[in-house]
Amino acid sequence: MTDKTALKYTPEHEWLDIDGNSATVGITAFAAEKLGDVVFVELPGEGTAITAGTVVGEIESTKSVGELFAPVDGTVTASNSAVVDDPSLVNSDPLGEGWLVKVSFDAAPDGLLSWDEYSALVGE
Amino acid sequence: MSDPVPERTSPLVDVHTQLGASFTDFAGWQMPVRYTSDLAEHAAVRTAAGLFDLSHMAEILVYGRDAAAFLDAALAGKLSAIELMQAKYSLILTESGGILDDVVVYRLGDTTFLVVANAGNREAAFTALRDRSSGFEVTVDDQSDDYALLAVQGPNSRAILEATAGITELALPLDGLRYYRATDAFFEGVPLLIARTGYTGEDGFELYLRTTSAVSLWRALEKAGEDHGLVPAGLASRDTLRLEAGMPLYGHELDLETQPAQAGLGRVVALTKHNDFPGRAAVEAGPAENARVLVGLASEGRRAGRAGYSVLSGDTVVGTVTSGALSPTLGHPIMMGFVDPTLTEPGTELAVDVRGTAIPATVTPLPFYRRKK
Repeated sequence: MTDKTALKYTPEHEWLDIDGNSATVGITAFAAEKLGDVVFVELPGEGTAITAGTVVGEIESTKSVGELFAPVDGTVTASNSAVVDDPSLVNSDPLGEGWLVKVSFDAAPDGLLSWDEYSALVGE
Repeated sequence: MSDPVPERTSPLVDVHTQLGASFTDFAGWQMPVRYTSDLAEHAAVRTAAGLFDLSHMAEILVYGRDAAAFLDAALAGKLSAIELMQAKYSLILTESGGILDDVVVYRLGDTTFLVVANAGNREAAFTALRDRSSGFEVTVDDQSDDYALLAVQGPNSRAILEATAGITELALPLDGLRYYRATDAFFEGVPLLIARTGYTGEDGFELYLRTTSAVSLWRALEKAGEDHGLVPAGLASRDTLRLEAGMPLYGHELDLETQPAQAGLGRVVALTKHNDFPGRAAVEAGPAENARVLVGLASEGRRAGRAGYSVLSGDTVVGTVTSGALSPTLGHPIMMGFVDPTLTEPGTELAVDVRGTAIPATVTPLPFYRRKK
């Protein structure tokens, strides 16, 4: 079980597991719950340069479409093909097997939220 | 900004909370959108049964000597022709032939009818009926606040109802109750109306009773359903179920600007009846020659067009999607939308602009899904 208090969060309901100059990124359990059953995930390919705040992927449920925002300026170093093949991983294990991309960056992003700040934001 | 209108809740809100439901705002009501998984709830209705709370729907009672003649004059259909305990799908039209609401009308007595309207159109439907009632000896009585509506939908529905403790004194046994017919009954001594109607494309029943007995009936149905695969089902699954069944949803396929014929509902307007009714002249004149027409669209892959997305023929916008989802039963995207009247032939190859990507979509007859009889 991933320790959610050790992760950083964005107001766009993404989590980052930062390790030096790279991070694993996914969407939060709150976001997955709001979306409902995820049926389609589109992710940026390995090597894609990304700009913080821009849309780089899509997470689609039966009900609605969620966008994946780049949390940082950097480069995609891996994208999770397991979740593309089985989008339900986003619902069943959003902080674990449902991770979306790994990114590398020169400068850590500003304005990330702690678990306490994020949980206050979503009112949980 | 905070919403100044207080959220309305169903008499079953505590039951839903205990079941772990996620809630959504639907026409000002906090209603369950799902309990566990939309896909599981959808599948349960197709293969076993689902239990829905539809208490947000509006129940308007129409009674008095002229009730039948009044409804003929107020609605698009010939309601005077329906038999006792028969139901009929009908429309309330505007003078210009647009759709003010789509309703189901039940004849509960010679001079008593129940009009079930959409939650979001409760005021508009009630006001239109009341305004159209002058000159008739009839009472239009909005009883929505007193009625709960539960639906049991799916192939096991009848077995579940027959096993439900407390449902007694059926005027007609359920195996003799035809589609779009209703029967009086009692639940724990309280009057219960059981209708073989629904919005899922499966066999099923809708159950009307006083709000004060709603929790008790829900519990009894749940208990009876334990051996029949019954699961509580939210509005998310209801939406994908009705979409597969090709059923229109007000605010998506139907609105004030859309004439019945455009939405494939020309048959619902009884132009053979002799009396006038609001919208008659406009419907007789017909929609504009180039008015867009509702079609089904099917795609491959997993990305569905959603409400508001453009339908394309080559680079030209030829229509708009009004509902769309990846069909849980069929496994590919299905959509309903309005397209130019020259492009409605099944097999016509169009495309849908899915957030900048043109996804091929083929005009497909509705419904997308039809249950095996």
